[in-house]
Amino acid sequence: MPILTEPLRHHHQHCDDLFVATEAAAADGDWPACQVLLTRFHDAIEDHFNSEETLLFPAFEAATGMTGGPTHMMRVEHAQMRGLLEQMQGALTARAAAAFAGAAETLLVFMQQHNMKEENILYPMCDRSLAGQTDGLDAQLRERLALP
Amino acid sequence: MSPNLSFEQAPPISAPYRFFLTAPWFGVAAGLLLAFMGGDLLASRWVPGALAGTHLLVAGFMLQAMCGALLQFVPVATGGNIWQPGRVAAWVHPLLIIAACLLVAAFLIQHPALFMAAASGFVLALGLYGGVVGIALWRTPARGGTIAALRIALIGLLVTLGLGVTLAWGLAHPTNLPLLALTDVHAAWGLGGWGLMLLAGVAYFVVPMFQLTPAYPAWVARGVPWLLFALLLVWSLQLIGLPDGAREVVWFCGLGTAGWFGAVTLTLQNRRRRKVRDTSLLFFRTAMACLVALPFSALLFVALPEIGADPRAAVWLGVLAIVGVFVSAINGMLYKIVPFLNWLHLQRLCPPNSLPPTMHQMIPERAMRRQFYVHLVALPLLLAAVWLPVLARPAGLLFAFASAWLGVNLARAVGNYVRFKNRIRAAA
Repeated sequence: MPILTEPLRHHHQHCDDLFVATEAAAADGDWPACQVLLTRFHDAIEDHFNSEETLLFPAFEAATGMTGGPTHMMRVEHAQMRGLLEQMQGALTARAAAAFAGAAETLLVFMQQHNMKEENILYPMCDRSLAGQTDGLDAQLRERLALP
Repeated sequence: MSPNLSFEQAPPISAPYRFFLTAPWFGVAAGLLLAFMGGDLLASRWVPGALAGTHLLVAGFMLQAMCGALLQFVPVATGGNIWQPGRVAAWVHPLLIIAACLLVAAFLIQHPALFMAAASGFVLALGLYGGVVGIALWRTPARGGTIAALRIALIGLLVTLGLGVTLAWGLAHPTNLPLLALTDVHAAWGLGGWGLMLLAGVAYFVVPMFQLTPAYPAWVARGVPWLLFALLLVWSLQLIGLPDGAREVVWFCGLGTAGWFGAVTLTLQNRRRRKVRDTSLLFFRTAMACLVALPFSALLFVALPEIGADPRAAVWLGVLAIVGVFVSAINGMLYKIVPFLNWLHLQRLCPPNSLPPTMHQMIPERAMRRQFYVHLVALPLLLAAVWLPVLARPAGLLFAFASAWLGVNLARAVGNYVRFKNRIRAAA
């Protein structure tokens, strides 16, 4: 039986790949390519956050009654990562390489520890609490996060 | 209780920082001691100056940095809850400073009472520290290579403490204890059971995270801690007697395991997806290269017995392990941990929809990179000074300079934290 959160784990890797390409383009000073990649990275991150915030987390909260715990914390961290993405976009627009690198570094470390908390703690909790009662949730997640 | 995934359970920023800010100055003291005493200090691992210098680094620099890092790492990486981390740090930190200084003084002036006073300080500090960190590590539901390595590392720390206290008693009182064998077992548990074990446990977590490398293979992540632990247990049997040749076999297996872990890490870093080569990565790769060099050095000493029999051979291995592996790795890790902790704690103070300055604004990359280059010159100079005593004083001075620069860079980061915090509060 497929694991419910498997597409989300996969998608973390996809977002990492886009981050790496975006950061490398900025390091090379290729700002037009960086803009294209940052837009793709931003869209991928938004797809990921939205899949969690509108599909997975509500299902988990309904199944467990836990609304102020781990899912709340993850939503707060999503907002912080959105802010860092804005910082990257601002630096890109200003062609400020050092500011871009600083925001990218901060986002990477923050995003990685966020992903590890999800993959090691929250996703297993979701897989356990939603086992057998996903009501098509797994198909929706797969569709929403289908990789190109 | 369910984990809440928040950083609320992480310690106050002062808890790790008080350790981090102190550590480099023990490195400065070790460098100055070498500069003051000259080449004699590197003639043998048994001369008082060498024992004092070694303990400035292992019981000063390393112990301070590693105790601080573990206080931060356990809650964040394993979900383990450390009881009153701020209060524990406020007791453990000064006690460790006092104990390390007393131990160094005891070696230098060979005063029995100082050995016992130092031992008492370490027992108090590490007893308290080991208790609270141990409860957190054994209560967490987390599993995997990191948690196994951290648990064994804590056992390693306490075994090192127990053996160290026994040695202190043996040096302070007339005794029939096998002091040479005890020292070898104490050193192996300290460097392998505590130092390398903690480094491995942290590396499993941060190497893939910071550079987007593939994860350590599960069999490596689980194999290295348990293999090292088994080898340390066998190595300890020399206290009651080991068959001829067994000691050498265990010695090479231990160094081989360390080198293997270093080689795996270097290979993973070569396969990293992220191509940015920051200073932290350069420090970590230096550390891993030194780790790989350890078993090859030991093999060379066997192949060239006229060099291997020289007491300086053991000093070479010590410098390679302590300065090359541990000081390098800790230095690099601090350059990631401190800017990120600054950012993490500042963002919690920010009003909604605003963020603090980024990690790169906490310590300038140029200052970190230049300090790395000084360390990169000091390390081979120290290694060369083992065989060429005339280099000992400049090597000591340069190492002291590199350590002081690390201390200044960390202090600047804390200064920036305070400055940004005041600015955020004023804006609010």
